[in-house]
Amino acid sequence: MSDEEPLLEVRDLITAFDTDAGLLRAVDQVSFQVKRGRTLGIVGESGCGKSVTAMSIIRLLPQPMGKVLEGQVMFKGRDLQKATDAEMRQVRGGEIGVIFQEPMTALNPVQRIGKQLSECFLLHTKMSRKEAWEASIEMLRLVRIPAPEQRIGDYPHQLSGGMRQRVDIAMALACKPDLVIADEPTTALDVTVQAQILDLMKQLQKDMGMSVILITHDLGVIAETCDEVVVMYAGRVVERAPVAAIFERPLHAYTRGLLDSMPKLDTPRKSVLPTIPGMVAGLADLVPGCRFCQRMGREGPVLRERPLFEEIHSGHWVETCPNCFEEPA
Amino acid sequence: MEPLLSVRDLKMHFPVRGGLLLKSIGAVRAVDGVSLDIAPGETVGLVGESGCGKSTLGKAIVRLSNPTSGSIAFNGRDITKLGRHAMRPLRSDLQMIFQDPVESLNARLSVRQIIEEPLVIHSRGNSAWRRQRVDELLERVGLPKSAAERYPFEFSGGQRQRIGIARAIALEPKLIICDEPVSALDVSVQSQVLNLLLELQQEMGLSYLFIAHDLAVVKHISDRVAVMYLGKIVELADADTIYQNPRHAYTRALLSAIPEPDPRLRKKRILLEGDVPSPINPPAGSAFGHRIGHPRYEETIGMDLGLAELEPGHWVAADPCCLTPEDWEKARNSRS
Ligand SMILES: Nc1ncnc2c1ncn2[C@@H]1O[C@H](COP(=O)(O)OP(=O)(O)OP(=O)(O)O)[C@@H](O)[C@H]1O
Ligand SMILES: Nc1ncnc2c1ncn2[C@@H]1O[C@H](COP(=O)(O)OP(=O)(O)OP(=O)(O)O)[C@@H](O)[C@H]1O
Ligand code: SF4
Ligand SMILES: [Mg+2]
Ligand SMILES: [Mg+2]
Repeated sequence: MSDEEPLLEVRDLITAFDTDAGLLRAVDQVSFQVKRGRTLGIVGESGCGKSVTAMSIIRLLPQPMGKVLEGQVMFKGRDLQKATDAEMRQVRGGEIGVIFQEPMTALNPVQRIGKQLSECFLLHTKMSRKEAWEASIEMLRLVRIPAPEQRIGDYPHQLSGGMRQRVDIAMALACKPDLVIADEPTTALDVTVQAQILDLMKQLQKDMGMSVILITHDLGVIAETCDEVVVMYAGRVVERAPVAAIFERPLHAYTRGLLDSMPKLDTPRKSVLPTIPGMVAGLADLVPGCRFCQRMGREGPVLRERPLFEEIHSGHWVETCPNCFEEPA
Repeated sequence: MEPLLSVRDLKMHFPVRGGLLLKSIGAVRAVDGVSLDIAPGETVGLVGESGCGKSTLGKAIVRLSNPTSGSIAFNGRDITKLGRHAMRPLRSDLQMIFQDPVESLNARLSVRQIIEEPLVIHSRGNSAWRRQRVDELLERVGLPKSAAERYPFEFSGGQRQRIGIARAIALEPKLIICDEPVSALDVSVQSQVLNLLLELQQEMGLSYLFIAHDLAVVKHISDRVAVMYLGKIVELADADTIYQNPRHAYTRALLSAIPEPDPRLRKKRILLEGDVPSPINPPAGSAFGHRIGHPRYEETIGMDLGLAELEPGHWVAADPCCLTPEDWEKARNSRS
């Protein structure tokens, strides 16, 4: 592939949960790379394994149910799966910043946000308390919280949803990490603040060569910010390509379904929007073969044998199920 | 037509504490003089910068909070000062659904209990009737009957949002405040939920106040759209008009920031410079004019920046910092 070694490489990751119904795979052989200074987008419907993939990388799977069964996570040349817990605590927040999907779970509801932000600096840098406090105000300003000197004394519930999300972003970016894993970072933000935050991340990428894994269901955000996109379905990567190819020449029926169901500004008002029929099967019921065929109610050998994941054009990979894979004319 | 909901000059202020001693140092003027009507069967979309007061407005309308001043009339009746008890019969007409279906559903109750609860509170029917009603509601929102005996955590985000919708329509309300109901959902589920909301509206003649950040979604579902900036509505018009012909500078900036789902068209945005204004001690004059450092800002101090009707049905804040000179002329004339 490329001559430059990627910052992060995930190889054949398999993550499972220990449940009453047995050991169920939520992530089933996922591979991708993130290059320095680049942004990788992960899209896919709810429950397809995006967050579990992220949590596997930083080793924050719910315990004791969640387990990485196989695969490597190579970060700056070392396998994070083999790092000790103490090493991982330093990596998280230091070299890898994480923006969690649910801001309220990341923020402590009974602690002022200033105290929480300062903690990040105190834990990962050599700043004094006073410097950390100042740096926290500066971070709040960077993520466009108005009147940060006053807001820093607030408790999380005193902030609007979008402000809480920005505090979370501030925490993840505080220590200028090499990699930021952002799980739905801008869902609660209005488009202008979203644009500013995405710009801020781009700026940091340019200045410090930071890499980003962006998990989102907003295809518009993907189109504007990502270099490469991974489309996940039912725990697997069904398509992976440079961003332009995903939008211009989607090769998998699932990717096309996602693109079609998004309302656009020129969709007639109050018309019925296209949807993807059916539902993703539960983890316990997933077939070994093509899972999108399963959803479409197809039967036969396609459900038994896992489709090959092939490189159709340079850098454009897709599961070549005979029903779901199609080259546009 | 008589409006179903009529909000007049509504204000909602919260005290703030600050400094090292956390003394009271002012107020967050979260909603600062909003007037808005919603007709029966109409959807009004509400958009605006994060923290501009959308949720606060929604909560004040359903009387989850006590407004600081102003009035709210529902179905011709002033409900601004109704206490908990007096509000109760009205709760059945006035519902709210939230962004986070997880947080808003009581995790210890089964889905049946969650949907049945409003029916019980309002003493509707006997238990056999309610049982059947819950089954109907589940079917109506596209969930299997078996869902009734399960618990919220067993469902995906989209399914939980359907549970929230089933609960909200259980009492056949007239108005539902939808606070970012689809923001947390992925696109395919989002389109299913939007289709459902539109169908229910047709069947039941529902009105919606629809709060969201995704402007394509808002346009799709709304008849009219209100744009809010720092506690005030700055533009209000027919949904097509506001997207095709925005008149307020903030609306223009907002529309230009919509992410473009086509990587070839990564476009030039009007990036908003300047400090984001704070609802704590906001600028004395035009908030947006102050933000962009408009040369006419000083003039707007003490000026009435209320809405003016530029074209029939197209309202915009009469603010010289935010309008073209021609529109400003027009706005001034229409108000005098
Ligand atoms: N603690 C858990 N125990 C059992 N199964 C789990 C657990 N956490 C997640 N799962 C399952 O793993 C699968 C992947 O979930 P994941 O949270 O990664 O989805 P996601 O793609 O992030 O979805 P969303 O867009 O809703 O955030 C789902 O089927 C989910 O039900
Ligand atoms: N209980 C409260 N106490 C103090 N301030 C509050 C309270 N609730 C809201 N606010 C403040 O009121 C303002 C408006 O908040 P609101 O939640 O209405 O914004 P919003 O428009 O819904 O934003 P978002 O799009 O981020 O959800 C914010 O400055 C917020 O911090
Ligand atoms: S950055 Fe802050 S929140 Fe994240 S791990 Fe470090 S101290 Fe904890
Ligand atoms: Mg997730
Ligand atoms: Mg809100």
